[in-house]
Amino acid sequence: MTARVGVVTFPGSLDDRDAARAVRISGAEPVSLWHGDADLKGVDAVVLPGGFSYGDYLRCGAIARFAPIMSELVPAARSGALPVLGICNGFQILCESHLLPGALTRNSSRHFICRDQTLRIEATTTAWTNGYAPGQEVVIPLKSGEGSYVAEAATLDELERDGRIVARYVGTAPNGSQRGIAGITNEHGNVVGLMPHPEHAVEALTGPSVDGLGFFTSLLSHLASGSPVGAGAR
Amino acid sequence: MPEEPRFDTVAKAESTPDTPQPFAELGMKEDEYDRVRDILGRRPTSAELAIYSVMWSEHCSYKSSKVHLRQFGEKAPESDALLVGMGENAGVVDVGDGYAVTFKIESHNHPSYVEPHQGAATGVGGIVRDILTMGARPVAVMDALRFGPADAPDTRRVLPGVVSGISFYGNCLGLPNIGGEIGFDAGYAGNPLVNALCVGVMRHEDIKLAQAPGPGNKVVLFGATTGPDGIGGASVLASATFDEESHAKRPSVQVGDPFLEKLLIECSLELFAKDLVVGIQDLGAAGVSCATTELAAGGTGGMRIELDRVPLRDPRLTPEEILMSESQERMMAIVAPDRLDEFMATCAKWDILASVIGEVTDVTPEEAERGGRLVMTWRGETIVDMPPRTASDEGPVYERPYARPAEQDDLQADDAARLERPRTDAELREQALRLLGAPGIADPSWVTSQYDRYVLGNTVLATPHDGGMIRITDEGDRGVALATDGNGRYTRLDPYTGTQLAYAEAYRNVAVTGARPLAVTNCLNFGSPEDPAVMWQFAESTRGLADACRQLGTPVTGGNVSFYNQTGSTAINPTPVIGVLGVIDDVNQRLTSAFGRDLEGARVFLLGETRVELGGSAWADVIHGHLGGLPPRVDLAAEAALGELLADAADQGAVAAAHDLSDGGLVVALAESCLRGGVGCSVELSGDPFVELFSESAARAVVVVRPEAESVFAQLCDRHGVAATAIGSVGGSGLAVRHSDGGFDIPLEELRAVYESALPAIFDAE
Repeated sequence: MTARVGVVTFPGSLDDRDAARAVRISGAEPVSLWHGDADLKGVDAVVLPGGFSYGDYLRCGAIARFAPIMSELVPAARSGALPVLGICNGFQILCESHLLPGALTRNSSRHFICRDQTLRIEATTTAWTNGYAPGQEVVIPLKSGEGSYVAEAATLDELERDGRIVARYVGTAPNGSQRGIAGITNEHGNVVGLMPHPEHAVEALTGPSVDGLGFFTSLLSHLASGSPVGAGAR
Repeated sequence: MPEEPRFDTVAKAESTPDTPQPFAELGMKEDEYDRVRDILGRRPTSAELAIYSVMWSEHCSYKSSKVHLRQFGEKAPESDALLVGMGENAGVVDVGDGYAVTFKIESHNHPSYVEPHQGAATGVGGIVRDILTMGARPVAVMDALRFGPADAPDTRRVLPGVVSGISFYGNCLGLPNIGGEIGFDAGYAGNPLVNALCVGVMRHEDIKLAQAPGPGNKVVLFGATTGPDGIGGASVLASATFDEESHAKRPSVQVGDPFLEKLLIECSLELFAKDLVVGIQDLGAAGVSCATTELAAGGTGGMRIELDRVPLRDPRLTPEEILMSESQERMMAIVAPDRLDEFMATCAKWDILASVIGEVTDVTPEEAERGGRLVMTWRGETIVDMPPRTASDEGPVYERPYARPAEQDDLQADDAARLERPRTDAELREQALRLLGAPGIADPSWVTSQYDRYVLGNTVLATPHDGGMIRITDEGDRGVALATDGNGRYTRLDPYTGTQLAYAEAYRNVAVTGARPLAVTNCLNFGSPEDPAVMWQFAESTRGLADACRQLGTPVTGGNVSFYNQTGSTAINPTPVIGVLGVIDDVNQRLTSAFGRDLEGARVFLLGETRVELGGSAWADVIHGHLGGLPPRVDLAAEAALGELLADAADQGAVAAAHDLSDGGLVVALAESCLRGGVGCSVELSGDPFVELFSESAARAVVVVRPEAESVFAQLCDRHGVAATAIGSVGGSGLAVRHSDGGFDIPLEELRAVYESALPAIFDAE
């Protein structure tokens, strides 16, 4: 049976149709979810797409956290049952929702940055990255103004120790992220937050590579295996 | 006895005919004011005066340019592609398979000088609403920018502000920024140019027009509340030359909210899809005044508005201020009464405020004859009762005097051929690098990396390639390509030829992507129309564009005129920015300007003919600070042939890369293509190496031909009559130039360092 992957549209979501396209290209069926409906429509996984939910007013992701859809999503994600990928603004929403630790802050350059970014995939046992080889380098667009990952030193140590750093920027982090962090996962490995945009690297014609497709095909392998995910490459 | 209202009413206007009115302060000439009195048969109320003053401003009425712009229609080539022509919010062209594309470029120059961030941001917002208003989903934006010298202190205020404004607004709207240009010249120091282009896609049957038919239909204002921002912007800010006082006008620049605009786009598209509107107009310059008069004029001619129903951000606003406010993110729709509930529910879904403020009315034949009847009330009193067409369509038209200035001869006689040329290979090399590091030629990434070029997932080509390209649907392979160009130096030397060169370059930039040019938009940036020399430049420029469009079969679909671009009595170089849109059947066949590593060994051909043409060139400017002589010759037939050749070559897969030659000539083009692909190339020049490398002759491009397709390519060149010279091949670790007398080499790393460091060195410096 075809996997059904929900893509949530908040007011101000921008990459929702792109996430749906990536889901479709990977072979799954995208399902539109509306921020105002507390209904996950029985999907197998959810993508929180990029954009500026609620205009990013107050703080990126801070208002989206309280959307009705999140009341359904957060418990399912926290239990480890529901795979969730938060991309860019979606990553910010996951942090604001305390599904992931830390926060995303203004780029060190203070400018929005759009560039083709090389990443190193580190944790390869998550629901969204099991198709990559540990240490594999991929090129995926980064496009954000508030992508600098920060957390307390103890949290960063814990993330490193538990193998929960999903991806790091190769070379100097363009946005000033601590320890070069581009993406992290929760202790179950079902929730992944990633600052760069894998959904914009799924077609050779429109992206810098097709390296991003692996996030979506990894999910399908994960769903097909039926096995629980685990964080880290321990 | 009832108390006399404290605001001006029609009744009061009738009883106090001699009350002095501040028409001059509102930018109206005395004869214009007298004409308003004639139309109304009495003095206007202050609300009517507000409407006429903004609708008859240069910005809204095109009163100085209209007589020249008519040529775009009169000389328009026969084109089956044109679905909606000039006069609507934007032109619409057929791109095949039932799809239509609408595109337009518009200026926001003056506000961007006063308040760069908000000025540029709201420039993007305004053009996006124009495209949305046609019924299309906006799919991409581009910007043509001109600033003072890059290292001038004020440029470091204006440029980062403009870029952050475009970045903030466009990124937050989720529209990819796929190209444009950036240029620097001392003339723009007190008068930057910020021209924003937007393109949208729709099905043929989805085209919407600004009209208000059907008496009884409701007039609905939706989107943002109305505040005091931008009051007088249209008539005062956009139509007056800068002087000392402009710094006191800061609050009159509008403030943008891209989040609200994003919701407005999604909400409007849903309203269109559900067929809930019969007419639509965005609120831009002149706000409610413009939307009501234009909608009424496009319909029965009759409309009744209760101005008290306009939701306000500031309850102290007067009716005149409400009429003139340019608060952003507002739209006005005409809605059938039986669809109103569904309309309001859709707005509520998107958290968009919507208010019925009036309705369409019938007019008597006598009223229709006068230009319709628009009535507005405030606190129950009639404050406007006027024929709307007299404001929207029948504004003043000026035949401004124009004359070729005497100094034009001296300027053209000051030939660039007299300039000292590089004599040695070391000098050639050094001057090539100086050009590559000049701010107007160097890597624009400092600017363009602040723009999202990926969102929506259909960007096939974006900066730094010559043209941007968008796939128009997920289901098919059809795409459109767009480029804008304008060279104020060429246009200064010869406005007719310079404008045709701008058009030719944009045409060529579309052609090198493999797309076929189809239609044109333009943003004409000039000084004061009251200066006969400027008016001559304008007349020559429009004549040049109209003639060129007729010859190459690409109709002008719309555009924008920006006058009064000057500081004191000094006008900017005349800068018509021309946008060309092309169509490609299969985006997979598109060409890029990069010499890729996979092309090593493939031969590089120079297409077109190189003459000694240095007048207005980047070389003359960067090396000698010189502007004089004549610009390069225009050969439109050669441009068309080159375009046909490139489209066929792309279609047949004969060419692997193509890059147009423009600023800086061959040497800059080769360096850019090498840097974009990360591989070198070597060329052997047969003529004078300086001329071969730096001349800016038009109708030229460099291409890399696929080795297996050289004979096909040769046949295509023959068929289209394009001269093709094999000048070298792709490969090596740098740019290697050889000529009969020697040569020089520049390693890629050195090219890259010069090219990439120029703008950061200026704009990242503390």
